Amino acid sequence: MSRFRALLRTTAVRLSALYLGLFAISAVVLVFYVTDMTTSLLTNQTKQVVQDELKVLGNFYRRGGVALLITHIDRRSREPSANLYTIAAPNGSILAGNVASLQPGILDRQGWTERPFSYRRFYQPEGTPGHQALAEVIFLPNGMRVLVGRDLGEPTQFRTTIRRSLAIALGIMVVGALLIWFFIGRGALHRIDRVSQASQKIMAGDLSQRLPVSGSGDEFDRLSGALNAMLGRIEKLNEGLRQVSDNIAHDLKTPLTRLRNRAEAALSGADDAAEYRAAMEDMIDESDQLIRTFNALLTISRVEAGSAVAEMNDVDLSQIARDTEELYEPVAEEAGVQLSSAIADGIHVSGNRELIGQAFSNLIDNAIKYSADNQAEAEVVICLENVDGKKVLSVRDNGPGIPENRRQDVIKRFVRLDESRSKPGTGLGLSLVEAIMDMHGGQLVLESNGESGQTGLHAMMVFG
Amino acid sequence: MKILVIEDDLEAAAYLIKAFNEAGIVTDHASDGDVGFYLATENTYDVMVIDRMLPKRDGLSIVSELRKKSIETPILILSALGQVDDRVTGLRAGGDDYLPKPYSFSELLARVEVLGRRKGMRDNETVYKVADLELDRLAHEVHRAGQKINLQPREFRLLEYLMKHAGQVVTRTMLLENVWDYHFDPQTNVIDVHISRLRSKIEKGYDEALLRTVRGAGYILKSDS
Repeated sequence: MSRFRALLRTTAVRLSALYLGLFAISAVVLVFYVTDMTTSLLTNQTKQVVQDELKVLGNFYRRGGVALLITHIDRRSREPSANLYTIAAPNGSILAGNVASLQPGILDRQGWTERPFSYRRFYQPEGTPGHQALAEVIFLPNGMRVLVGRDLGEPTQFRTTIRRSLAIALGIMVVGALLIWFFIGRGALHRIDRVSQASQKIMAGDLSQRLPVSGSGDEFDRLSGALNAMLGRIEKLNEGLRQVSDNIAHDLKTPLTRLRNRAEAALSGADDAAEYRAAMEDMIDESDQLIRTFNALLTISRVEAGSAVAEMNDVDLSQIARDTEELYEPVAEEAGVQLSSAIADGIHVSGNRELIGQAFSNLIDNAIKYSADNQAEAEVVICLENVDGKKVLSVRDNGPGIPENRRQDVIKRFVRLDESRSKPGTGLGLSLVEAIMDMHGGQLVLESNGESGQTGLHAMMVFG
Repeated sequence: MKILVIEDDLEAAAYLIKAFNEAGIVTDHASDGDVGFYLATENTYDVMVIDRMLPKRDGLSIVSELRKKSIETPILILSALGQVDDRVTGLRAGGDDYLPKPYSFSELLARVEVLGRRKGMRDNETVYKVADLELDRLAHEVHRAGQKINLQPREFRLLEYLMKHAGQVVTRTMLLENVWDYHFDPQTNVIDVHISRLRSKIEKGYDEALLRTVRGAGYILKSDS
């Protein structure tokens, strides 16, 4: 029962009920209009026939008087037709014609009968209901009355038939609509039930659940698709949040512990001002590193939440590439890395200069840091070019590279390859680059540098 | 120098007052927005340090209200919000500098000193001089003891900034902001490398080291003589 009520509440059912109601009303109006039109048309026709007859009979009357009139009425009465003829004496007794009896009072008034009246024919058996007719009555100068009329059987039957068939058609329509409602509405209800079941599970905390998609591409699928995309985004943000809190627990505790240990060691060590000073300075360095990690984490989550989108402008990528190269050139030189570049001029994107600059310096920083190990000819190449309509800002190095199966991992927060743990860094650099590229509708692509056999990383910031 | 600190965290404020006093800076303190605004309009200060989130009256509204009243005292905004867009809104409201929390006191002190001595200081000078080092801003030339030193454009701007603030500590982030116009914190000590390269150009072969490292803070360009 409650399912039936739920069915009644669906939009499809409500809408179709409304349409059905409107349609039925207009159909009924149509039926009455059509039948009325037909009836009045037929009535006019009847009157026309009657008047023609009267004209003919009038001629006979003028030519041969009452005798000829009666003869002709008598003759016409014998012909099978829907016409009625009566001639009556002034006292009302019927002299000739094909009518056995009339509704009383019909012959008392001259002219058209106002409404159909009933009468009986001669051959009509007793007890059957009378016929209906329209007629015109004329008083002759001698007081005799002539009635010429026409039976209404045909038009009445016609009207009844039309009404009945229309009623049947309407009935079939209502039944059909009810059936269609039932199945469509039930189908819709079924799908909505599945959607709400899925959302219940999601609300219970299982963000990996998705709304069902039937694959038909209809409006339900489109809605589910959009909601699923939204869920995907929420899941990603949520995942990020959880990762951050996990990471804070694991990765920030380590430097905090170091910090505490350093302070403890200084306190329990020799009572020496120089020693204290050294410890303090170490602790400041350690906390600066902590703050740096915090800032990087915050920047990532802010960028991922999209709150920096407001500060998007037209930025000159070429200028950023040159500035960053210039910023890192002495760093590379000191690390014994040869830094070169191929920067195309005048490449612009819509973005945030600060963030793109930060992302790109992360990549260069990494490239220099890791290629510096390549004893002989450490080399880093900065490149900005248009590739298939995409703007690609990239850094190649010939360091150890990243194994293909770990390339997705290193983008995650705090993930560092074992080989790189000895290097300074927060483990957040590539995560930040990816978040920034995401915000710009672009991508961070990591590939191995050059032909097979060569090591090194080709890190690309691809702007759409 | 006399400054006003509007900061609602009393412990942080007490520490700031003590540290500023030790650095020879007279400090007034207000712990909420209303008192802060009153002090800012009634007294004259060289610099104001205003926390962004304050009870009773928001820091940014104090800044924009002071600017409306044509009080042009340099203002440094302190905030726990340190993202690119926060900095932009802070500066748009009329702040002169923006320092995200947590900050080191040496960073704050360096910035306050630069703001406090900024007024009409050296912007009009075309030649900066420290001891025997000379920088000609119009000719884009640097001489030391009469000897011309060739610098790259960025090295020139770096030295220009250091000489403009000669005798004051400038931090690495201040250099990155003012010379490169970037506000992020590069992971490696990019600035140190630029400084050491500049140092080798202006100091190699000369007796006095002018460009010195201040541990835990940054750099200072000065002469002892």
